[in-house]
Amino acid sequence: MAALGSPLQTLRGLLRELRHVSGCAYRDTAAYRHVLAAFRAHRVTSEKLCRAQQELHFQAATYLCLLRSVRQHQALHREYHGRGERSPEEVAGLVGFRLPQQPGGKG
Amino acid sequence: MNEQDFVAVLWAAAALRAPCVGEKGRGPNLPSLPFQLLCFRPPERKRFYQNVSISQGEGGFEINLDHRKLKTPQAKLFTVPSEALAIAVATEWDSQKDTIKFYTMHLTTLCNTALDNPTQRNKGQLIRAAVKFLETDTLCFRVEEPAALAELQKKEWDPIVAWAEKRYNVAIGSSTSIMGPNIPASTRDIFISHLASYNMWALQGIEYVITQLKSLILSMGLIDRHITVEKAVLLSRLEEEYQIQRWGNVEWAHDYDLCELRARAAAGTLFVHLCSESSTVKHKLLQD
Repeated sequence: MAALGSPLQTLRGLLRELRHVSGCAYRDTAAYRHVLAAFRAHRVTSEKLCRAQQELHFQAATYLCLLRSVRQHQALHREYHGRGERSPEEVAGLVGFRLPQQPGGKG
Repeated sequence: MNEQDFVAVLWAAAALRAPCVGEKGRGPNLPSLPFQLLCFRPPERKRFYQNVSISQGEGGFEINLDHRKLKTPQAKLFTVPSEALAIAVATEWDSQKDTIKFYTMHLTTLCNTALDNPTQRNKGQLIRAAVKFLETDTLCFRVEEPAALAELQKKEWDPIVAWAEKRYNVAIGSSTSIMGPNIPASTRDIFISHLASYNMWALQGIEYVITQLKSLILSMGLIDRHITVEKAVLLSRLEEEYQIQRWGNVEWAHDYDLCELRARAAAGTLFVHLCSESSTVKHKLLQD
């Protein structure tokens, strides 16, 4: 079985990610309700080794990984890759030149 | 009109056009060269909806953006068989802020692929494509030098290969030659018959994970819940991680790729599990 850590940590992480997604109204979202209901439903069981519980925990950990990595990927994209190309004026300005002004337009 | 004529037309259009530097409302500035025009990115779609909700229809669960029903790129109605998957897709659409970034919506993309089947492959073709990856499985290609990397590969990859061999009762092995390991036909047949037990949607997800991780063995480890997504991605990128340890980490490249691979692998795995499960809750009566 995969080394997953405690279900409580996974649940906390998931709720934190959902809060990042939805902001203040995260408690009204369907995802929040579904996650909490799923965790509650699989908590109490008379079996000692509950396969459904482990399956749910793995799914929750996978979803947490998805939300977290999408958020980190977007943050990295915004920081490093989001600015697009420089205009020719900016490029010229990098080395201290200015573009020529041609009043008649280009030939 | 062939490609050269097309480029010639674009060059003429660009030459006649005034430079578009300073044009407003264009997004990133576009120098007027045909090469850049060929790479022109259309302006991003703004978020045009306030609320995202799900509803149950005849074929399954549907996503509603305000009052409009979501459709696939081929204009089919977007229905998913599982409620949890629908909620996850709705959360993806809800998480878009000002503009819609389709490249972050991995579950939506997977559902669209499953619904539209744009490559028009049937189940047999998908399974064959998936099992074909075994011949070029990352875990089976070992280096001889540097010795530290060879040692790391042996230490990290051998247990997973051994697990797969034991779990599926097959012989895989590994190889240091450029041709790779010799996979016997019985191994291939066993994997083909195992994958045949999954439905079409789950198979799309499995094939996606295999293509992203470049390894059938790691994907089966994920599907069988033997390893976590983070571990699978680490094993898939083992050589890169080794080089990062040696030469240093470049955030805008290494971390960027790592996060993207984790997101795709997690989305694929979640998609497979949500499409191939069916859960029922039975309430036991307390007897005192």
